[in-house]
Amino acid sequence: MLSQLPALQVVIPLIAAPLCVVFRNKEIACLVSQVVSILSFIISLILLQQVLEVGVISYALGGWLAPIGIEYRIDILNSFVLVIVTGISSVVTIYSNKSVQYEIDTEKIYLFYTGYLLMFSGLLGMTITGDAFNVFVFIEISSLSSYAMIAMGRDRRAVSASFTYLVMGTVGATFFLIGVGLMYSMTGTLNMADLAERLPKVYESKAILVSFAFISIGILLKLALFPLHLWLPNAYTYAPSVVSAFLSATATKVAIYILIRFGYSIFGSDFVFSQYPTAQILASMSIVAIVVCSLVAIFQTNIKRLLAFSSLAQVGYIILGVSFNNINGLTAAIVHIFNHALSKGALFLAMGSVALVIGSVKIKDINGLGKKMPFTSFAIVIGGLSLIGVPITAGFISKWYLILGAIDKGWWPLAIILLLTSLLALVYVWRIVEVMYFRSETNVSEVKEAPISMLIPMYILVAMTIYFGLETSFSAGLAKQAATYLLGMSG
Amino acid sequence: MKHHTIPRVIAKLTIPGIILFGLYVQFHGDYGPGGGFQAGVIIGAAMILYGLIFGLDDLRNVAPQKIVTLLVAIGFLLYAGVGVVTQILGANFLEYGVLAHSQKDGQHIGIILVEIGVGITVAAVMITIFYMFAGRK
Repeated sequence: MLSQLPALQVVIPLIAAPLCVVFRNKEIACLVSQVVSILSFIISLILLQQVLEVGVISYALGGWLAPIGIEYRIDILNSFVLVIVTGISSVVTIYSNKSVQYEIDTEKIYLFYTGYLLMFSGLLGMTITGDAFNVFVFIEISSLSSYAMIAMGRDRRAVSASFTYLVMGTVGATFFLIGVGLMYSMTGTLNMADLAERLPKVYESKAILVSFAFISIGILLKLALFPLHLWLPNAYTYAPSVVSAFLSATATKVAIYILIRFGYSIFGSDFVFSQYPTAQILASMSIVAIVVCSLVAIFQTNIKRLLAFSSLAQVGYIILGVSFNNINGLTAAIVHIFNHALSKGALFLAMGSVALVIGSVKIKDINGLGKKMPFTSFAIVIGGLSLIGVPITAGFISKWYLILGAIDKGWWPLAIILLLTSLLALVYVWRIVEVMYFRSETNVSEVKEAPISMLIPMYILVAMTIYFGLETSFSAGLAKQAATYLLGMSG
Repeated sequence: MKHHTIPRVIAKLTIPGIILFGLYVQFHGDYGPGGGFQAGVIIGAAMILYGLIFGLDDLRNVAPQKIVTLLVAIGFLLYAGVGVVTQILGANFLEYGVLAHSQKDGQHIGIILVEIGVGITVAAVMITIFYMFAGRK
């Protein structure tokens, strides 16, 4: 049974999705997605434990052995990402019931959960697979379903946001496919481990350089690094709250995982960082992303949009860590995937509660929210503190490793820039806090606290934001092991 | 289009042939070119032709929308179900060999079932897309 877990990780949500269509019932669909998410979470924890005990797990799909068949290959890096995705999904689906009933047309709810489960299994598949072409297939599964889910937002602008994302996402996925095709034409294999072995022999060829360019630009589009981010703010703003929370916490994160996987363990850091100025290009794009998107976030009037721009800045931090090509930088990137998923997940869930209770997520509409919805407001404060990177929150840990990485790399000025940009985060978080707690007039006099079924999942994430700010042996410890593994593998 | 005799007669003549050809492509898929996807598209096209000539209401009588939606899911479940059955029989996901006594027969049964699943889903999706476009006011 244990040996079948890698397949079940993807197959269970994949089978649950059409089951929701068969039942055509919103309660059953909601229950199915909760059970499936929690089951997947348990599976991912068992897989992580197995990886820690025995090392890399390989699963031959259909019994066709790698490199001919499709291989699911689980190492310390992607088992960690699997835990993040399934964990966030468990929390989000438990939270989802009331929010979805409020935001989605009743007769479409079962389809909503179908799409959700497809997206979930697509993300899991992208993470778990050891086959470059299979990654593309799962990118398409997760993206197509996420377009549909974004378009289900209540605001009509959700449709145009979804269409923009569809165009950009398709360009990204196509670029990725062209890159994979070029790699295949040069090496004759699609298996990741096999590619890593064969690529060094053809490092000199221009086709591999072009393939690397296509793949990295395609993925950068999916993970929305500035200036390839234009689809993201509208998509997160107008999508249903549950979808915003899930996408921001997992979808871009899985794309970042793919970038790390291709950069470090397929092309190898020798190729990526020594022969070409990849580090400088990625780092400068990230710095611009951090500064510009934080500045833009300050001037937003819609809080979901503010959080979307903040996500873009945080993606900048992660890619900056990736570009350092040293242990601390990579640890910072991987641990920030985890930490940011927690805090941004909590923030978007809190916004979902605000939308449910008040019916708006504009800053001007939440005057005095701190008194009326004390728990939700406090969750926003903690999530915000983690975005800034205040000590005892999870965000601090990532910033700490990131600054260590910058110093290791010898890029001193960057460390200072990082500290200064935290102040920008402070400004946009403060704008929300000020309106919630320090305004005398209030325009939310009749509202009550969000229902307990939404508060509990929100507070699970908030508690974890604090817990992983104090106790880092799980998050940062694993991230460091993964970073060591990646650098050891390619060095 | 109901009142145009020539399209109506030609449609009536060709639709059975199209469906038969679709089934041929479906079941010949494991020996020659073809398979579930192409077969699904061909059968879907026959249904769409029927809808175009005889109107949406007649097509809804032949293929009720609820059942078509259900078929989308069922085809997919058939595919994934074969995978799960092989897992229950102790092999990896979609390892068809264990479905029969000999490896070769197992591969046959497995691929046919999976292709039927693909065919059902693709045909149903084609018809659903047609309903979506044609049903817009």
